Amino acid sequence: MTRKRRRLYFVLLGMLVLGGATALVLTALKDNLVYFYSPSDLAAKAVAGRRMRIGGLVEEGSVVKDGTQARFKVTDLAHDVGVRYTGVLPDLFREGQGVVIEGRLGTDGVFDASEVLAKHDEKYMPKDVADSLKKAGQWKGEAR
Amino acid sequence: MHRFANPARFLRIASALFPWVSVLCALSLAAGLWFALAASPADYQQGDSVRIMYVHVPAAWMGMFCYSAMALFSAVALIWKHPLADLLARATAPIGAAFTFLCLVSGSLWGRPMWGTWWAWDARLTSMLILLFLYLGYMALADAFDDPERGRKSAAILALVGFVNVPVIKWSVDWWNTLHQPASVIKRGGPAIDSSMLLPLLLMAIGFQLYYVVVLILRVRAEIAEAKIRTLRLAAIHAAGGDDSP
Amino acid sequence: MSEFFSMGGYAFFVWPSYLLALVLLVGLLLTSIRAARTRAALLDRLKAERRAFES
Repeated sequence: MTRKRRRLYFVLLGMLVLGGATALVLTALKDNLVYFYSPSDLAAKAVAGRRMRIGGLVEEGSVVKDGTQARFKVTDLAHDVGVRYTGVLPDLFREGQGVVIEGRLGTDGVFDASEVLAKHDEKYMPKDVADSLKKAGQWKGEAR
Repeated sequence: MHRFANPARFLRIASALFPWVSVLCALSLAAGLWFALAASPADYQQGDSVRIMYVHVPAAWMGMFCYSAMALFSAVALIWKHPLADLLARATAPIGAAFTFLCLVSGSLWGRPMWGTWWAWDARLTSMLILLFLYLGYMALADAFDDPERGRKSAAILALVGFVNVPVIKWSVDWWNTLHQPASVIKRGGPAIDSSMLLPLLLMAIGFQLYYVVVLILRVRAEIAEAKIRTLRLAAIHAAGGDDSP
Repeated sequence: MSEFFSMGGYAFFVWPSYLLALVLLVGLLLTSIRAARTRAALLDRLKAERRAFES
């Protein structure tokens, strides 16, 4: 075996081992690497009082605004959770759109939000295209 | 491959290509900017803030592309000891770092109005920040040793080890819940982006790619000259009586 | 025209993005050109010195 060949195998083997190790570490850390939990996770874990983030869609028709206070429901279409928030909502905050909320689950089962972030989907299009898609009934749901 | 590994031959080919690539780069960036800022529609959800995408997304692609190229050049330099491969890797690093920095800052400027935050420690944003640190580490390491050979070798190994981060960046949005949205262009089932917005995006991407080639040629020229200067100086020291002290 | 510059209210976010892109890309291009030029000039000088020394 020539020295070049030996170096080639060494580098390839090194990358393979490194890739495998990274995959193992990332799998082990899976729970810590998610940015937010879904309302279903919340229902399963029921961790009242712990600071955490939840994400999902703002339920249609659930938003009630009172001055700077807002109440709405976040759903992942299986479970939903009520949210209380005081403050400025981001521009993309809309019913049916994705949101990520940081805060604590109160003892009354309502989530006290300290921060509300809007999550947007991967679709980009001009308004008229979106309108004609909606009109043609080809709209495949918001966000997610 | 071996035929192109000769620095003199590289310089000849690069010099012939240079004016054409420069002109094409300027043209695609000019057209890209025109469509990005003026001749493309606002987004149905995000309004005019979507125009940040035409800088942000090509910069992100280039950040990952340059790192992949740097890792590949480093592998060739380590395995086959081609002198040119090492110069190419070193010349790529600052270009990739600039694009990655641009991606992070423009992303922050986009995230503030749309998401409601400048920064979030989600998997996509964090792995992109790590990419910037890898570039900075590579550049620091390549110059950190008195013996250029050792600096080259350590930097090349760092480039290879750091390469595991690139697939993590690309698929972070699919593997974990992130604030960042999933891929819009390079995804199964075709792009989820209207063609009127895909055009400026691709023009800017082509412009950035050609910019990489232009600056790469300039930087490799400088690196080759630098290597020759070092050899000449060493020869002069030996001619003066073998005194190695600077 | 002012509508163009206001970017639908997102001027504060859109323009700095493009400005930073311009500054970074032009800056890197100029430093790369300057590095290539100064190195080439230095190399020519060293070569000339060497020729003078050898002859």
